[in-house]
Amino acid sequence: MKQTLLKTLLIIASLWLVYLVNSTMDSYTLSIFNNIGIFAILALSYNLINGVTGQFSLEPNGFVAIGAYVTALFLIPAETKVDMFALVDPAPSVLAMSAGFLPALLIAGIVSASLAFILSVPVFRVRGDYLAIVTLGFGFIIRIFAMNSPAYTNGAMGLNDIPEYANFLWIGTIGVITFVVMIHIINSKFGRAMKAVRDDEDAAIAMGINTYKIKTISFMTSAFFEGIGGGLLASFLSTIAPDQFTFLLTFQLLIIIVLGGLGSMSGTLLATILVMGGMEWLRFLDDDMSIFGYHTGAHPGMRMVIFAVLLIILMLFARKGLFGDRELSEIIKSKFKRRDA
Amino acid sequence: MDFSTFLQQLVNGISLGSMYALIAIGYTMVYGTLRLINFAHGDIMMVGAFLVYLADAVGLPFPVAVLAGIAGAVVVGILTDKIAYKPLREAPKISLLITAIGISFFLENLFNVLFGGVPKAFPAPEYLTSSFKLGEVILPLMVIVIPIITVLILGGVLWVLYKTKYGMAIRALAFDIPTVKLMGVNADYIISLVFGLGSALAAIGGIFYAISYPSIDPLMGIIVGLKAFAAAVLGGIGSVTGAVLGGFILGFTEIFVVAMFPELGGYKDAFAFFFLILVLLFRPTGILGEDLDRGRF
Amino acid sequence: MSSTALTIQNITMQFGGVTAIDNLSFEVKEGEIYGLIGPNGAGKTTIFNIITGNYQPTKGDILFHNETITGTKPNLVVQKGIARTFQNIRLFKTMSVMDNILIGFHNRSRYSYAEAILRLPRYFGQERKIRAEAMAILNEFDLTSFAEHRATDLSYGNQRKVEIARAVATDPSLLLLDEPAAGMNPSETEDLSTIIHKIKKDFNLTILLIEHDMKFVNNMCDLVTVLDYGEKIFDGKPADAIVNEKVITAYLGDFTHA
Repeated sequence: MKQTLLKTLLIIASLWLVYLVNSTMDSYTLSIFNNIGIFAILALSYNLINGVTGQFSLEPNGFVAIGAYVTALFLIPAETKVDMFALVDPAPSVLAMSAGFLPALLIAGIVSASLAFILSVPVFRVRGDYLAIVTLGFGFIIRIFAMNSPAYTNGAMGLNDIPEYANFLWIGTIGVITFVVMIHIINSKFGRAMKAVRDDEDAAIAMGINTYKIKTISFMTSAFFEGIGGGLLASFLSTIAPDQFTFLLTFQLLIIIVLGGLGSMSGTLLATILVMGGMEWLRFLDDDMSIFGYHTGAHPGMRMVIFAVLLIILMLFARKGLFGDRELSEIIKSKFKRRDA
Repeated sequence: MDFSTFLQQLVNGISLGSMYALIAIGYTMVYGTLRLINFAHGDIMMVGAFLVYLADAVGLPFPVAVLAGIAGAVVVGILTDKIAYKPLREAPKISLLITAIGISFFLENLFNVLFGGVPKAFPAPEYLTSSFKLGEVILPLMVIVIPIITVLILGGVLWVLYKTKYGMAIRALAFDIPTVKLMGVNADYIISLVFGLGSALAAIGGIFYAISYPSIDPLMGIIVGLKAFAAAVLGGIGSVTGAVLGGFILGFTEIFVVAMFPELGGYKDAFAFFFLILVLLFRPTGILGEDLDRGRF
Repeated sequence: MSSTALTIQNITMQFGGVTAIDNLSFEVKEGEIYGLIGPNGAGKTTIFNIITGNYQPTKGDILFHNETITGTKPNLVVQKGIARTFQNIRLFKTMSVMDNILIGFHNRSRYSYAEAILRLPRYFGQERKIRAEAMAILNEFDLTSFAEHRATDLSYGNQRKVEIARAVATDPSLLLLDEPAAGMNPSETEDLSTIIHKIKKDFNLTILLIEHDMKFVNNMCDLVTVLDYGEKIFDGKPADAIVNEKVITAYLGDFTHA
């Protein structure tokens, strides 16, 4: 009971902080919070299938794209669509799509989860590491469909004038909800089963676990929240195009969850702040730099080279990341135990 | 479709299929020995093409540039294994896969920084980009050169695999690394051989690709790599002949489906993905493959 | 006359050209501790894998309480009441001892995904119940003080006990133990013997175990079947097995005296 009280207090405190940030910060700081918030939601979801369940997947950019497009199409009013769709007329079903913000987000999540379910059938029934390749391909296919279905997506031109409902109240609250949901899953028989699948799938099967079902549930949950994250992104940026949802997005999330510690949700939160901050800070690497009087010239992409090297070094020397597979609360607890003993 | 168009598409299919086949062989061999999907393999193809470009830019004659490109790709491939994969041989599989993605991303961005993201014209010499007439059909020379060289290479690879002791070691590794080591085989050396061979083939495939679609960019390896892996799975992951078979099936499908249904043109890159899903749904071991991943008890 | 728990009926197992098991038949009665013994490579673990549904036998059937279960999927075999341990201990390395045991309760805890996420009362009720039962099992094995330790922090002997406890947590009626005494010193082996007898009684189990250590087998098993190169060469009491000529020949060079 003490634990539940503490937890409820923490949740209320977090929500209150969200409200506070939203009402007091200036718009520049808020946009940073919003960015970090959306990435945190995406990273926490990504951590479930990759870190907790141990299934290497490259799905985020695909489901984020789906969530973004579905949400955008539900939010943009019909008249705007008619003007916006430049290549061909929008399809009648597209014109009919209309919903409030929360329903649009939920639909985005459900569509993503449904696609995840469909992908689960060929991938999880088969042994072997096909999830990564299939999800990598999935991301490409989604972009191909986005570019080649102008009646539904306005092709390469993308969608703009998406109503900007996503402020930090929305993003922060959904962020808190996502974190709580993930912790609830992990501290339940489902989370234990996911970890068992990660640690030793054959032993998990030998203990009666339907590992196909567990992997599917995990994958669908990740997809659901990634879809919602995509919807938030669409409403936050107000404009989306196929080229925003490339593998780069997945790679950034991968670095985040590895750095934080695969399987640790609190680690993911911390790492999101570090990586997003790092990305901004290292922006100077992309510009012309003067090193001992030698001008390097502007090289967009240098930042990403550094991050790629960072990931490789992490994998070789610090595979457990910051928190390993434990949450911050467990680490603190174990430090206290050490002192008592 | 009239005969000349059919012939044109046929040779296009053979050409494209050959390129996929060459790259697929590398994927299938590494997966067969290490159970690793080497995400960086497609980028090796890009590295090979760019190194030829670079060698040409510093003035080397084309044939020498080609050799330099292949050699460079081999070095990169072997180094990748030594630096990034070998230390993780005993680590959980997911670490290896993450590292492979890291290497892939690294190569793409490195070459982006070094050469810029704008596609470059590949310096193919006149005699290779010329065309010739067969009856009423005009065909680029490469559509003949590519398949012939591919068949020769395939023959060479099969000869190495089945008629040399190194090939036997490679095939043995696919079954059981610890036992092979106990037999006195230097497993690391053989694994380097696998990476080297696969990289050489990928580089050749990349050069063919660069000559046929004469521009190169740092991201060219991703899509082709993905498709080549799908081809390897289609043919039967772990089987070299399977990889070649899969490569040709995919190549033909892309060319002919688009030829017959031009409105599907924008989706041609998606065919590989659908083949992959179909294979996993109905015949996961692929056309020629065996079950490599039956759980070990 | 106690009823039959497990029947191995004319099982033949061929892998490609190799015959791993050749027309093997034996019966385990309820409440027995039955030993499956033989030199390395005789096919004992293969039999386990056939019982648990990991392998489909080339010929023959497995009957459990007279129900044919050949080829049942491994996770469903557990639901029928058969649980196993592995030759090389396969605990869940990142999880605590308690969480390892709780995995055994996975199918016995009845709350849905939604109830877990929303923390509805059923979640709390079921978690409380299975944790209490898990603690009771840990108590049987004298491991309660290790409940929150990471499973891999325990000594080898204790890890083996956790693995058996985890299998017991699935509420089986038949327990398959694959070389439970492997790698243990004499005192650990004795401890293990005592515990196995205890849990057999307290949890009403039938036990089929694979072993090399003849002293252990002699102490533990009511009956044994001896395999050599996939074939049965002896059926009967362990004391008789030790002096049987065929058994001695099979074990030559690989024999631990009782």
